[in-house]
Amino acid sequence: METTTLTPREEARQLKKMKKAETWRRIKRNKMIYLMILPGLLYFLIYKYLPMYGLIISFQDYKPYKGIAGSEWVGLEHFHRLVTSSEFWMIFKNTLVLFGLQIFIFFPIPIIISLMLNEVRHTFFKKGVQTLIYIPHFMSWVVIVSISYVMLTLDGGIINAIIESLGFEKINFLLNDDWFRPMYILQVIWREAGWGTIIFLAAITAVDPQLYEAARMDGANRFRQMWHITLPAIRNVIIVLLILKIGDVLELGFEHVYLLLNSSNRNVAEIFDTYVYVAGLQQGQFSYSTAVGFFKGAVGLVMVVFANWLAKRFNEEGIY
Amino acid sequence: MAKQQRISMGSRVFDFFNYFLLALLAIITVLPFIHVVGSSFATSAEIARTKFLLFPTEFSLNAYKYIFSTDTIFRALGVSIIVTVGGTLWSMFFSTLTAYGLARRDLVGRRVINFLIVFTLLFNGGMIPTFLVVQQTGLLNSLWALVVPVTINAFNMIILRSFFMNLPQGLEESAKIDGANDFSILFRIVIPISLPAIATISLFYAVTYWNTYMHAILYLSDADKWPVQVLLRQIVVLASGINYDGQAYTDVPPPEVTVKMATIVVATVPVLLVYPFLQKYFAKGALLGSVKG
Repeated sequence: METTTLTPREEARQLKKMKKAETWRRIKRNKMIYLMILPGLLYFLIYKYLPMYGLIISFQDYKPYKGIAGSEWVGLEHFHRLVTSSEFWMIFKNTLVLFGLQIFIFFPIPIIISLMLNEVRHTFFKKGVQTLIYIPHFMSWVVIVSISYVMLTLDGGIINAIIESLGFEKINFLLNDDWFRPMYILQVIWREAGWGTIIFLAAITAVDPQLYEAARMDGANRFRQMWHITLPAIRNVIIVLLILKIGDVLELGFEHVYLLLNSSNRNVAEIFDTYVYVAGLQQGQFSYSTAVGFFKGAVGLVMVVFANWLAKRFNEEGIY
Repeated sequence: MAKQQRISMGSRVFDFFNYFLLALLAIITVLPFIHVVGSSFATSAEIARTKFLLFPTEFSLNAYKYIFSTDTIFRALGVSIIVTVGGTLWSMFFSTLTAYGLARRDLVGRRVINFLIVFTLLFNGGMIPTFLVVQQTGLLNSLWALVVPVTINAFNMIILRSFFMNLPQGLEESAKIDGANDFSILFRIVIPISLPAIATISLFYAVTYWNTYMHAILYLSDADKWPVQVLLRQIVVLASGINYDGQAYTDVPPPEVTVKMATIVVATVPVLLVYPFLQKYFAKGALLGSVKG
């Protein structure tokens, strides 16, 4: 009887109370689960979020012995120094060029290889090719660069031996700044192109085989089938991966570039990451190099948000 | 009829080129490895004589004898093995716990936590602030620095989480009715039926730890703590003096080509040994994560 006398407001309050109690009950029931994820959360807080907090030293004149609390604030001084430094545009351009190579040269290759593999009808051949082209992905950059090094070196490298036996001049690939970019992208292709096919191949398996049959009836040849059936079917996967790639705009692989970098190719090979390493850890300019890293990370984040927005505008799914 | 004939002819030409190009691609991909392995077993004389060496005619173990004649490589291999085995166990322990917890659909706060973890993939503090945290937590110049700062790889954790989320719910519920707590459900029921996923992710971690290089040069200053990748770098490139990072290895004359090749092989072989196992599981695992991530 009493329940009927409740005003809507009281009812709402009661409902809220019940919801709260329910939430508490759920939290209590899962207390062991919280215990399980606690170490993982602590890891992310300490080694991922604490460094984000540490970015504030880019607005300070950070001195290790004074700590973040005691260091002097300098505002945007380091950012100002960065954009006005003579090296900034060189680094910016180098980073952009490598990014362009990644998007325009590397990115389409796994798609093409997947389309080709999809046309193979002998399973053993397909499996065999896949097994071989995935291998380099599991090699470290040190191994990839070392192998390239022993093959390209002037004294006894197999590539220069071939060039010489064909009657051409030897090429100093490793120290010549014209060769840095081709070498960079070829190594990226060698290591990642095969592995990159996995996700496209998986998307292709979802294509309805009847579509191909129908296309064959209409007299479409193999190229047309690829173009009109397979490619549209994996379009969404391509777009998602492209967004992720764009988000990685400035993640060109510190390790890889650092391993290729030397004093004679520096004018084309120095990118933000390697610059941060040298300025920060080798020269001890903590605040300045953090500002450089912050700039790079912020541009990356803006790019991924922008790419995602763009994809959504064109009615694609996007990544979030 | 004639039309069909023509299509199948074109189709056959297509197949020919397709198979040919793919075979070529596969061969080009592995040829450098064969060259390196072949050269590492050759004599220096043969290397100088034959330019395009793939399989040596005179088999020689000199290069291996040379690199294993000092402690350096044993020490580096030891470090790499410790970091790989220990790091994989460490990472799997915490990744599995976190993934299993976050796979619970009724967990309050799950969305926020997931977002916080995914966000670390899009943005991070960068090299220097991370270095400072590693320093403050006392890990500098200790092998822990190669492991603790990379305890959980968010991608790997997400793959595991999606795997756990796809397990049948009934199992856990019936165990719960029998009075089992969450930890015993995880260790006695969930992990045993998830072995393929666990194996895949373990291998991913193991390969990453074996290949670790950047963290070693960032966080370790003692040469006797260097893992094998850093040593490889020293022997192959820095010994020839073209890099400017100053950690040269100049007290020793530049090693011979065969020695460089043999060092590459030593740094690579463990990965090639687990590769068949990787192959068995990885495609499935890699997909789970990348599509749903």
